[in-house]
Amino acid sequence: MSARRRWRNAGVAAIFLAPSLVTLLAFWIGPMIGTVWVSLQDWNLIGVPSFVGLDNYAELAKDADFHAALLHTLGYLAGYLPLVLILGLAVALLLNAKLPAMTLYRAMFFLPVVSSWVAVSLLWKWLLNPAGGLVDQALGLIGIDGPGWWTDPTWAMPSVILASVWKDVGFVSVILLAGLQAIPKDLLEAADLDGASAWRRLRSITLPLLSPSLFFVTVISLINGFQVFDQVWVMTGGGPGGASSVVVEQIVRYAFSYGRVGYASAMSIVLFAIILVVTVAQLRLQRRWVQYD
Amino acid sequence: MTRKILRYALLTLGAVAMIGPFLWMLATSLTGDAQLGNADAGLVPDPATTDPYARLASAFPFWRFAANSLGVAIVSTLLQLFTSATAAYAFSRLRFKGSNALFVLYLATMMIPMQVIIVPLFIEMRTLGLVDTYAGLLLPTAVSSFGVFMLRQAFMALPRELDEAAYVDGAGPFRVFWRVLLPLVGPALATFAVFAFMASWNAFLWPLVIAQTEAHTTLPVGLSLLLGRYGPAWNVVMAGSTASILPILVLYIFAQRYVVRGIAFTGMKG
Repeated sequence: MSARRRWRNAGVAAIFLAPSLVTLLAFWIGPMIGTVWVSLQDWNLIGVPSFVGLDNYAELAKDADFHAALLHTLGYLAGYLPLVLILGLAVALLLNAKLPAMTLYRAMFFLPVVSSWVAVSLLWKWLLNPAGGLVDQALGLIGIDGPGWWTDPTWAMPSVILASVWKDVGFVSVILLAGLQAIPKDLLEAADLDGASAWRRLRSITLPLLSPSLFFVTVISLINGFQVFDQVWVMTGGGPGGASSVVVEQIVRYAFSYGRVGYASAMSIVLFAIILVVTVAQLRLQRRWVQYD
Repeated sequence: MTRKILRYALLTLGAVAMIGPFLWMLATSLTGDAQLGNADAGLVPDPATTDPYARLASAFPFWRFAANSLGVAIVSTLLQLFTSATAAYAFSRLRFKGSNALFVLYLATMMIPMQVIIVPLFIEMRTLGLVDTYAGLLLPTAVSSFGVFMLRQAFMALPRELDEAAYVDGAGPFRVFWRVLLPLVGPALATFAVFAFMASWNAFLWPLVIAQTEAHTTLPVGLSLLLGRYGPAWNVVMAGSTASILPILVLYIFAQRYVVRGIAFTGMKG
C-alpha cells in the first residue's frame, strides 16, 4: 500500500469514526471520568463544588442505609439469579424439540422480555395487590392467606424478585436454546442407545456442552442484577421503610432528591467497582466449569 | 408419547403463567370502577367498559407521552444505525494507526452502565442547557458500542473482493460503504434497529432524570406517574400499561426472527 493511500485512509477513517467517537467521548467516556471527579467533591448542584478527597467514600463506609442497600441488592441477586437460571434452563430444555407449536410457545415465553420494566412492574404490583390481588385470590382457593406482598417489609423484595424472574425467564431461555441447538444430536442419541438415563444425559453431555452459554447468561444476569432499579422504583419505591432499597435507587435519590451529587457519584464508583470485580472473578473462575471445544 | 404429552403439559403450564398476567392486565383495563377489586366479580369484566381508556386519554397527556416515545425511539434508532454503521465500516475496512486500541476503547464502553454515569451526565446536560429537551433525551442514546461491534461482525463476513472490484471501477470509500457494503448487511441492520427501537421505547432511568415537564416525558415515565396520580384506579393504570405494550407487541410479532436472533447472538437487553 502506498504512503499516499495510507494517508488518505486515515483521513477517511477519521470521517467515518467521528460521529460515534464524538458521541461516545462526550456522553459515555467523559461522564465516566466525571463520575470519578464528582465523587471527590462536596457538591449540592447549586453552589460551587469543593474538593473533599475521599470523604464521600469514608462516609459511605459508615452509612448504614448504604450497607442495607448493598445487602438488599445482594439479596435480590441471591433470589433472582438461581431462579431465573433454573427456570430459564427448564424452559429452554422443554422448547428444544422439533415439535408442532414450539414457535408459538417460544413467542409466549418471550412476551414479557419485549415489554417495558415499567409496564411489567405495574402489572405485578396489581397482581400482588395486598387488598385482594389476583395472586392472593388464587392462593385463597387452596387455603393460603397471601402475605401483604409489597406493603410488608419481609415480602417487598421477594415481590420484586418474582416480577423480575417472570420478565427475564424468556430472555435466559432464548440464549440457552441457541446453545442447546448447537449440541450435536447424534451424541445424545448414542448415549440414549447406550442406556444412559435422561438425567445422566443432561448431566454428562448437555450441561457441559451448554456451559459456555450458561456462563454467558450468568455473567449478563449478574451485571444486570447489580443495576436493578426500574422494578424497585415502580413497585416499592425502595420501601416499605427502606426494606427494598437498592444501590441504584439510592444513587438516584441522593443525586436528584437530596442534591448530594458527590456522595451519589461515590456510590456509582463503588457499584462499578463491585460489578468489575465480580465480572473479572467470573472470567477467572470460568476455567473451573466452562468447557470449550 | 407420554414424554411428548408431559412436555406439552409443562410448556402449557408455563405459557399460562406468562400470558395469564397480560390477559389480566387487559381484563382490568376493561373493568369499571364499581367492579374493580371485587373478588366475586369473576375474571372476565362484566360489563366490559372502555371508560378507563377514555379517562386515560382525557385526564392524562397520554398521546403526548406516546408521541414523545415514538419520536425519540425513531430518531434514536436512526442515529444509532448511522453512528454504528460508519464506525463499523472504518473498523472492518479501513487501515489506520491505533485501530485496534480504539476498538478496545469502544468495547470497554459497553461495560459502562447508564446507572454509573448518570450524575455527571445530568450535570453535563444542565451545563449545556439540555435538561428537559429532546436533545437531552436523545444524545446519550445516539451511539451504541454494541451496535458498532455487531455491525463490524457483519461487515467482516463480506468478502474483500467486493470492495476491491468497486475500487477498480473507480468508486471511492464513501461509495463502497453506501452502495456496495451497506445493502449487503441489511439483516444485521434490521436486527440492530429492532433492538435499538425496543431499548429506547422501554427506557426508564434516563428519561426519568432528564425529562422534567410533561412536554418531554416518555411513556414509561408517564406510566410510573399514573399510579401516583390516580392511586387505586388500577383500571386506568392497566389501560395505560396495555396501550404502552401494544406498539412493541406489534413490532415484535413482525420482527420476531430478528429479535430472537439478536438476543441469541449477544444477550443484549434494554
